[in-house]
Amino acid sequence: MLPKDDELNRRDFLSLMAASMALAGITGCKATPPEKIVPYVRPPEEVLPGVPLYFATAMPLSGYAMGLIVESREGRPIKAEGNPDHPASLGATDVFAQASLLTLYDPERAQTVTQTGQINTWDGFITDLRPKLERFRVNGEGLRILTESVTSPTFADLMKQVLAAYPGARWHQYEPVNRDNARAGARMTFGRYVDVQYRFEKADVIASLDSDFLTTEPGKLRYAREFARRRKTSPGGTTMNRLFVAESMPTITGAMADHRFPMRSSDVRSFLSGSILEALERSRGRGIVIAGESQPPEVHSLVHEMNQRLGNVGQTVFYSEPVEVNPVEQIQSLRELIEDMKGGRVETLISIGGNPVYNTPADLEFSTHADKVQLRVHHSLYYDETAALSHWHIPETYYLEGWGDARAYDGTASIIQPLINPLYQSKCSCELLSALLGDPTRSSYEIVQGYWKKQHAGADFDDFWTESVRKGVIPNSQVATLTTPALRATPPLQGRESVSSIELNFRPDPSIWDGRWANNAWLQELPKPLTKLVWDNAAILSPATATNLGVHNEDVIEIRNNGRSIECPALVLAGHADQAITIHLGYGHTRSGNIAKQKGFDAYSIRGADSPWTAAGVEVRKTGRRYPLVTTQQHFELEQRHQVQRATAAEFAKNPNFAHEAVHKPAPGETMYPPYANIDYAWGMTVDLSTCIGCNACVIACQAENNIPVVGKDQCANSREMHWLRIDTYMEGDARNPEVFFEPMLCQHCELAPCELVCPVEATSHSSEGINEMTYNRCVGTRYCSNNCPYKVRRFNFYEYAKWDVPQFRMLYNPDVTVRSRGVMEKCTYCVQRINRARITAKDEDRLIREGEVVTACQQVCPAEAIVFGNIADPNSAVSKLKAEPRNYAVLADLNTRPRTTYLAKLTNPNSE
Amino acid sequence: MMREELPEATYTPPLVGPGQTYSTITEKISSIVLSPHTPLEWFAVAGLAFTGVMMLFYSLAYLLVRGIGIWGVNIPIAWGFAIVNFVWWIGIGHAGTLISAILLLMHQAWRQSINRFAEAMTLFAVTCAGLYPLAHLGRPWFFYWLIPYPNTMDLWPQWRSPLVWDVFAISTYLTISFVFWYIGLIPDLATFRDRAQNRFVRLIYGILAMGWRGSARHWHHYETVFVLLAGLATPLVVSVHTVVSLDFTISILPGWHATIFPPYFVAGAIYSGFAMVLTLAIPLRKLYHLEDLITMRHIQNMAKLMLATGMIVAYSYVIEAFTAWYSGSNYEQFTFMNRLLGPYGWLYALLILTNLIVPQALWSARVRGKTLAILAVALSVNVGMWLERFIIVITSLHRDFLPSSWGMYYPTIWDISTFLGTIALFVMLFFIFIRLLPMISVFEMKQIIDKPEVRVE
Amino acid sequence: MPQIFHRSTNAISRFTIFGSLIVIVAVTLVWGGIIRAPYVTEQDVVRDQPVPFSHEHHVAGLGIDCRYCHTGVEKSPFAGVPPTQVCMNCHKQVWADSATLEPVRASFRDNRPIVWTRVNNVADFVYFDHSIHVHKGVGCETCHGRVDRMPLMWKAESLRMEWCLNCHRSPEKYLRPREEVFTMGWQPPIPQRELGLQLVRNYKVDPPQKLTNCSICHR
Repeated sequence: MLPKDDELNRRDFLSLMAASMALAGITGCKATPPEKIVPYVRPPEEVLPGVPLYFATAMPLSGYAMGLIVESREGRPIKAEGNPDHPASLGATDVFAQASLLTLYDPERAQTVTQTGQINTWDGFITDLRPKLERFRVNGEGLRILTESVTSPTFADLMKQVLAAYPGARWHQYEPVNRDNARAGARMTFGRYVDVQYRFEKADVIASLDSDFLTTEPGKLRYAREFARRRKTSPGGTTMNRLFVAESMPTITGAMADHRFPMRSSDVRSFLSGSILEALERSRGRGIVIAGESQPPEVHSLVHEMNQRLGNVGQTVFYSEPVEVNPVEQIQSLRELIEDMKGGRVETLISIGGNPVYNTPADLEFSTHADKVQLRVHHSLYYDETAALSHWHIPETYYLEGWGDARAYDGTASIIQPLINPLYQSKCSCELLSALLGDPTRSSYEIVQGYWKKQHAGADFDDFWTESVRKGVIPNSQVATLTTPALRATPPLQGRESVSSIELNFRPDPSIWDGRWANNAWLQELPKPLTKLVWDNAAILSPATATNLGVHNEDVIEIRNNGRSIECPALVLAGHADQAITIHLGYGHTRSGNIAKQKGFDAYSIRGADSPWTAAGVEVRKTGRRYPLVTTQQHFELEQRHQVQRATAAEFAKNPNFAHEAVHKPAPGETMYPPYANIDYAWGMTVDLSTCIGCNACVIACQAENNIPVVGKDQCANSREMHWLRIDTYMEGDARNPEVFFEPMLCQHCELAPCELVCPVEATSHSSEGINEMTYNRCVGTRYCSNNCPYKVRRFNFYEYAKWDVPQFRMLYNPDVTVRSRGVMEKCTYCVQRINRARITAKDEDRLIREGEVVTACQQVCPAEAIVFGNIADPNSAVSKLKAEPRNYAVLADLNTRPRTTYLAKLTNPNSE
Repeated sequence: MMREELPEATYTPPLVGPGQTYSTITEKISSIVLSPHTPLEWFAVAGLAFTGVMMLFYSLAYLLVRGIGIWGVNIPIAWGFAIVNFVWWIGIGHAGTLISAILLLMHQAWRQSINRFAEAMTLFAVTCAGLYPLAHLGRPWFFYWLIPYPNTMDLWPQWRSPLVWDVFAISTYLTISFVFWYIGLIPDLATFRDRAQNRFVRLIYGILAMGWRGSARHWHHYETVFVLLAGLATPLVVSVHTVVSLDFTISILPGWHATIFPPYFVAGAIYSGFAMVLTLAIPLRKLYHLEDLITMRHIQNMAKLMLATGMIVAYSYVIEAFTAWYSGSNYEQFTFMNRLLGPYGWLYALLILTNLIVPQALWSARVRGKTLAILAVALSVNVGMWLERFIIVITSLHRDFLPSSWGMYYPTIWDISTFLGTIALFVMLFFIFIRLLPMISVFEMKQIIDKPEVRVE
Repeated sequence: MPQIFHRSTNAISRFTIFGSLIVIVAVTLVWGGIIRAPYVTEQDVVRDQPVPFSHEHHVAGLGIDCRYCHTGVEKSPFAGVPPTQVCMNCHKQVWADSATLEPVRASFRDNRPIVWTRVNNVADFVYFDHSIHVHKGVGCETCHGRVDRMPLMWKAESLRMEWCLNCHRSPEKYLRPREEVFTMGWQPPIPQRELGLQLVRNYKVDPPQKLTNCSICHR
């Protein structure tokens, strides 16, 4: 995906010169050679060229399903949207679901079966495996299967059969971002594993103990929506909830907090006290106490107790049977496996998914003990670190390529429906298990359908099946919620021993999670919330700690954690807990694709099995070297631009018009140009800063919808990133704990657009529906429009950023949007392709576009419903109503640009006393 | 040397050195061109310039192949060196027409010996300037879309955009300057035709002279045309840089959107123009021993003009500061303070030094008496005026409205090579000119040679 | 001293002065002609096809409706080029063993698509939608010409932007009743202008200000 910036050699240079001269010569003159038309031989039913089709499916992430509706153009899946019927999606998606389309077409995915790096075949693998397996049938000792967390019923069923077929075989599970602490906590409290579900819409007071529930919980999208619904308020409307967050590393959840308490992860346990307890007490049964995975079992146990004492259980907090088919404390499970490997008790290890060589805790030394295993088989998307250490590597079929199933956080099962045949020689995990059972040819379709036939025997199976596949959810398949399980005596919290030395946090990366997305350029270039860091991870620390250590941004520091050390550049972040450093997992790959390789620093290499999330007493040393970090935003101060209007709920109740007092808004008459006439429609948008959680989903949805290229670290370093929509982040106040504001910034579609009158060729113009149009093919690239844009939302193709040459990426492009070439300006178009499609449909049916018929990509993906788009000429449209609200204001209104995109001022709800 | 010059400053030195006659002048000027022998210095400089031009071509070729990305420009600073240099060169291009047209209409006899090469300088400067707007386009091969012509797209340029006005302003200026310069050459070309020994050379000058015989009728037409053209060229001196300044003022950007810009830019242009004329004249009269034709009188007059225009520029700086404060606009005030104290503050300091403080030396007659001193000041002004444009373009862009999109601009090797390249192009063209054409107008010198006020015995 | 130039050169010099003006004008005109000529636009240029399919025969001769093969034309941006199957529907029986149709049968047999040469092509940054034009009463003939008289296909119009705008700026000049869209050689019963204006009203055709928005065709 990256533009090649290496110098041209002379020969290329000359040929390119010739080419470009020729190009310059022929433009506007002789047409290009005739194109070909290749029609179908036998048309597939439903497919009508030019008309998109939509299919329901589900994306599993760490086992948990997110329901999707995927758009397919002539058989190519090009865009994922949330499935409104799916409990974990409700029509929204996260960054990963959006970016998964790029992974589908990633040319660097493993493409063939390999044996010790040599290209081989599935049959070759089977013939090699079968004799080895036969022995295990009699005495299974020595066959081990390592998977990640599993919720797939089909997979579980197959696994059961495998374990039955090979008596001594054992199934281990490990994933680096696991739920061990929550499990252990539940075990302590209830003597058994339970899952917890929350009803944020019912919660008036929420206390989060280092829990980033808007990013990391399997139910995050639903939680975000319910949480956001309780942040929306108009005078005399619903009461806002109040969020208390204690956290070490600033997260988007912390940024949404009404009261945020930066403290070291190990201090969080002592956070529930004083005013917070009172607040919780005052709203018994209407509160939520939630602990993050990074907190030790005792804290989870404490939280269970609190929720019970406060009567929240059954109101806002629900316990259910675990959704995972075989919940275990994974690090323990992994430890046992490695112990046996060490003891030579493992002859054959089949790792399905995951990347243990790379992401297991360093002190368990997986890779060193792996040598003792005679046959190592690895099944994964990429030829990764583990693949390189395995005898056989089987490419994994991506979820859009093969059949499967998975459960959501509440147990709702979905059939994973493929939209395209496997691009490469790959196999689904279920096909691999089926091969272990001696049936290597069985297709994923047969397997999955076969399983559900067993579950749903009867004449109506076909209806059941088609209906489930069509809707994307299997009716009432949630796991049973438990009536409050009996409390055991919770172990008293021992006040933590106060260590003065520095504490190191390991956290999943907001962009590439545990590293499984490391080869996805969209995610690598997605500015991480708050830091705005791209293409790297860093040792994030507070200003105070930085001064103590005498380090500045980009200073490479050596972090030593029980004997192991990494070197990593420092990044100072206001609001981070003092005496603590946070480093995100998932970087520093040595394999699995050029996007992933040599990016950032491998935190796993100092991660310990005993303290996977928070390591106390690490030593930090300055190396004196520097390493360039690239952030897409350098200034986080507001600088009296009044771009973010905000107030507390109380202030708002007193003075609803606060948002209009800061700046002078010129009167409608104050312009030399006649107003534009709007014909039928006047498109407009509002962004609610109270509900925007800054999750980045809109940024990447826009990228996917509009064929926005990736430019690479070097280009980002020179502020040339191409995102049409960015999340401006501002911080105000005490650097130890600043107030953080997220402000999605996209083309404001000004009615008096400064860009329009300076374009010499009218490449950017005003449509009769009020859209500020950008006509790429007319643009000559003077870049004046960008200079004159006060919002700086325009993006320029300084190089040939678009990847025309990679066939896979050509399949990914949205055919409704022009792929921009070198030297032209581009920017947000309000998804004009969607508007046009709706307009044409409406005209074909001789009617006007209905409210809600046009949904922009950013609006559709938003879990918080912060973005609303529609026709402001219609006073009854949702967007018109919002624009009528007192909170509605325009950014830089004093410039008289009259933006069509306006913002709803941010409200917070802090404790008044 | 020094002793000669010191007293000179105390009285008005002559326009023509003592002992010069019709024949000596003709001889002196034409010999430079017609003599088969070329001074080594010429080869040295022209050769150096030539390599520079090759570098320019390479840079431009590479730009065409790889795209504008090879330069340092980005978002927010979408205009960089290209526009800075463009404005700088256009500015330099002003002195020529001013001297030849306006001073002619004002009957300033002293213009006669410098107007010719000043005009040539103008042409070459504008050529260099014209290069940039083309090269800086994202898709230069579509530059012609800025020109109104009936096309198959049925589209016209967007007339509200100052960039379209630029196209006209600059092309007109170039054309008129060229015609003016060429017509001025005709009588001298005829002289060369007649003096040339070599038949081929005579043929060339003959064609260029367009059959000039110097008859009374010729002279009559000639004078009319010349004055008419001067009248035509005069408004251009003002219009061109006014339009260039509009490229900035039309925008809403603090630091660009200012009503003072047009006069401020014109003054600055003339300022830099004279600086460049001096930068060229002083070495040239040494190299070709023209002290009798380009006398201290010329040098001093130009120095005084430079000082005058320099003061206008200084005034504009003050006014900029004042309006920033008086506007009461947070954006304006911030932009001004950011110029002073922001990351580019040191450049602003350098600008004030080179463009305002150093030129004040010209108040002193003693300084005006020393060619080297004047040369030093002129060079400093050249630098200063370039810095001024850099400050205007870059500092206004790099921190505009939303802090989230603030950025920094650093030129790349290609920015620099292109800039040096155009300087080389300029020098090379100029040296070719002085080798092939009379750098001082022969016949105009003759007009003034026996005017009493210029002869000081 | 002898004259360098003979008197005749005076004439030459005069000629060059006026000649140059003429040349400039001429060049502009010629260039304008060239870029609108079939040499560039490929208008009226017949394209060879793998199978010499004759619209003349199928449309005029057999009276097959456009939509029988171009199924998408009313529902989709693309009119659609028929799958081999559609050809075979008839040619299983008709001309079932003619040599010219061998490529078609071959395609159907071994499931290899027929690769046709595109005749009417617009740049990739132009988004033309058949369904809406058909729905608003733009006849096939208006853009594709008398297809019923084309033994082999050629481009009937230049498809230059100026040509598109010609209609987007004043649709009334070209519209016809919906039921006549697929008719070849249709003549307006009443003067086109009157009819056109009626149709613009009845079919709620957008006003030119909207039809000439850049984003109507470019996205």
